[in-house]
Amino acid sequence: MLLLDLSVPGRQGYALPKLDVEETPIEELIPETYLRKSELGLPELTEPEVVRYFTQLSRKNHGVDVGFYPLGSCTMKYNPRVNENIAAMPGFSRIHPRQPENTVQGALQLMYELDRYLAEIAGLAKTSLQPAAGAHGELTGLLIIKAYHEFNGEAEQRREIIIPDSAHGTNPASAQMAGFIAREISSDPRGGVDVEALRAMVGPQTAGLMLTNPNTLGLFDENIETIAKIIHDAGGLLYYDGANANAILGIVRPGDTGFDIVHFNLHKTFSTPHGGGGPGSGPIVVSNKLVDFLPDPIVEYTDGRYHLARPKHSIGPVKAFYGNFGVMVKAYAYIRHLGAEGLRAVSENAVLNANYVLNQLKQDYHLPYDRLCMHEFVLSGKWQKELGVSTLDIAKRLLDYGVHAPTIYFPLIVEEAIMVEPTETESKATLDAFIEAMQNIAEEVRTNPERIKSAPCQTPVKRLDETKAARSPVLTRKL
Amino acid sequence: MEVRKGLLYSKDHEWVQEVSESVVRVGISAYAQDQLGDIVYIELPEIDAEVAKGESFTVVESVKAASDVFSPVSGKIVAVNEKLEDSPELINESPYDEGWIIEVKSDELELSDLMTAEEYARYIEEV
Repeated sequence: MLLLDLSVPGRQGYALPKLDVEETPIEELIPETYLRKSELGLPELTEPEVVRYFTQLSRKNHGVDVGFYPLGSCTMKYNPRVNENIAAMPGFSRIHPRQPENTVQGALQLMYELDRYLAEIAGLAKTSLQPAAGAHGELTGLLIIKAYHEFNGEAEQRREIIIPDSAHGTNPASAQMAGFIAREISSDPRGGVDVEALRAMVGPQTAGLMLTNPNTLGLFDENIETIAKIIHDAGGLLYYDGANANAILGIVRPGDTGFDIVHFNLHKTFSTPHGGGGPGSGPIVVSNKLVDFLPDPIVEYTDGRYHLARPKHSIGPVKAFYGNFGVMVKAYAYIRHLGAEGLRAVSENAVLNANYVLNQLKQDYHLPYDRLCMHEFVLSGKWQKELGVSTLDIAKRLLDYGVHAPTIYFPLIVEEAIMVEPTETESKATLDAFIEAMQNIAEEVRTNPERIKSAPCQTPVKRLDETKAARSPVLTRKL
Repeated sequence: MEVRKGLLYSKDHEWVQEVSESVVRVGISAYAQDQLGDIVYIELPEIDAEVAKGESFTVVESVKAASDVFSPVSGKIVAVNEKLEDSPELINESPYDEGWIIEVKSDELELSDLMTAEEYARYIEEV
């Protein structure tokens, strides 16, 4: 039901006051070719009707403020309200990007300190807060890799970016967009990068490697130092996809394991809201030798004053002004609120929660890589598939339990994949309820598969025809 | 899952049908379309484009994922199944007939490394 369907001709929510100046006919202001020939069919409703419509719509939605949201690789943790309070302070919310630097020293200080904190967490030198999302951070990082090779006169030869077959789809897409050729490297039987295959793949054509560690299977690649050496010996750089950084805060610093560039998703790891339009923020942190290539501007602190600066060989701006500042304030508040010990506890609890859920579910669902996991894990629905119930059906049935479905059919290297990331902000009671739901569903697959195939039946809308929606989408409506 | 007799198959699950001495028709196997799920879009390649054996010549999108389709032969595209533009579901419904994707012409078609239907049936058993 759209607002248009609720419209009643003549109904009004708000009346504009009478003009107290002389009215100029619209025909005098806009050329005739651009004028509508017919009335614009806007919906006509009263104010309470509009409020009720949107409130009811919001109640049909599922978010982290409504219930458990174990969407793998997305880190749907609770967004602390204190972050919002601080971001709403007028000194942060009512400033303009064109204000003189001396009137926004506080905002610049916040950006500078956030840069320092992220650099410390990454184990690297300097941060650009400009990228607006994870994939934007990837593209920015790759443009820096390209600029570095250009500076060394090797850009012509170094065209290949190596990416594991378990990687997020954004990695090869970003490599392609940055003008590189994406080369896929296979995983070994333990789920890590196949080191021997990597040795065979590198050479003078290697520009770099993109790696998520822990990877999308939720597994930490213990060979990372060997991998880093292979890439560096070949003259390439290492890019760390920070989508899974929630597993390593205060425990491992990517820079210490050989990475040259790291991106963080502030909207995942650092608790700022996402999953409903964001906005996001994907800062990148680079090693000393890459600082000069960072986007313009970065924040510097000299002679007791914060100021914006353009790095010497900057790749240029990657976004208007400084990035999504409001998101930075929230992430800053989160880091200050938790402190170093608190951040470490975040990762410890995220890993503990994931291992707890994993061990409760591996009797009922196939676990392709049976190892200690990090902050997330990947099950396979292949036992259920053999009984005629797909992972999609299981995901739909979970909605009936008031749980957001996990990530499904990803990573691609696991058949009927179910990727679960509980995060650290959930109680044991919530985890137990999820475990019970998954166990009930596994039982239902054996006893009442038809029920699962017709799920969900408790949600505002029942099973949607995703194929029809993709093949013949209706994206517009005549007003 | 049907493995159509008389066709040749690649390890990437494409089938090849010999149309004439220098032209082959290419599509994806019934097994491949089943693995992909409902196909909702295919990016049709251009006629006259060169394709290379083992390299991607198009992308199919299903409700699950977007996947490359690799050419089982090298040559030049001489025909494209334009019906797939509006009806990508033909690949699901009729992978070996109505759902063919391209025809490739080459004076030196290299088919000897492709699998027979029997070999391919065994291959997908093992995967």
